[in-house]
Amino acid sequence: MNTQISVLLFGITRDLTGQSAVALPLSEGARVGDLLDSLYTQFPDLARIRSMMVAVNGEYAEPDQALFASDEVALIPPVSGG
Amino acid sequence: MISITSDPIDVSSALTLLQSDQAGAIDFFLGMVRDNTQQRSVDHLEYEAYDRMAISEMSKIVEQARERWTILECVVVHRKGTLRVGEIAVLIGVSTPHRADSFDACRYIIDTIKQTVPIWKKEVFTDGETWVNAHP
Repeated sequence: MNTQISVLLFGITRDLTGQSAVALPLSEGARVGDLLDSLYTQFPDLARIRSMMVAVNGEYAEPDQALFASDEVALIPPVSGG
Repeated sequence: MISITSDPIDVSSALTLLQSDQAGAIDFFLGMVRDNTQQRSVDHLEYEAYDRMAISEMSKIVEQARERWTILECVVVHRKGTLRVGEIAVLIGVSTPHRADSFDACRYIIDTIKQTVPIWKKEVFTDGETWVNAHP
């Protein structure tokens, strides 16, 4: 089975990829860190951004958090609100 | 009240929300669009937000402030979209019984928003552009 997960992109990550969301294959048991690795493979420019965070279902996630196809995942580059 | 808006921020309606008969102090912080950054001339700013998460992160910050200080009412409004020089990018308003709490809570809320809330600012200069804090 070929499961996919969609990742929302904002700010510099949207500019670097030219997309506001990307779909990536999700292997069983995949964690946040694995997803970042495959994003960096597909878009090497993203790996140049320091302090990249990932949000799962609207909450900051640690690299070892497990992912499911139903999750809303977003890449969070360094924030600059205010 | 906590919100993200594409419309200009209205200070007087925020003031109405903050008024309380128990309030001895109301403190506002307004983040403004400045015309320069490190001597580069700013044409405009573009703000982008992950709305759902930005609202929940701002709610957490206001809850933390309410645990630390006696807050009667609190308003947080962040603008998104294209902003021109002189416009209000963010408004924090706090009403409290005594002034020290309103100053401290207001400062805590804006300082923490800048650290954790998923909102991004692009500075568009007359000679280029950059995502603030994020450039490789």
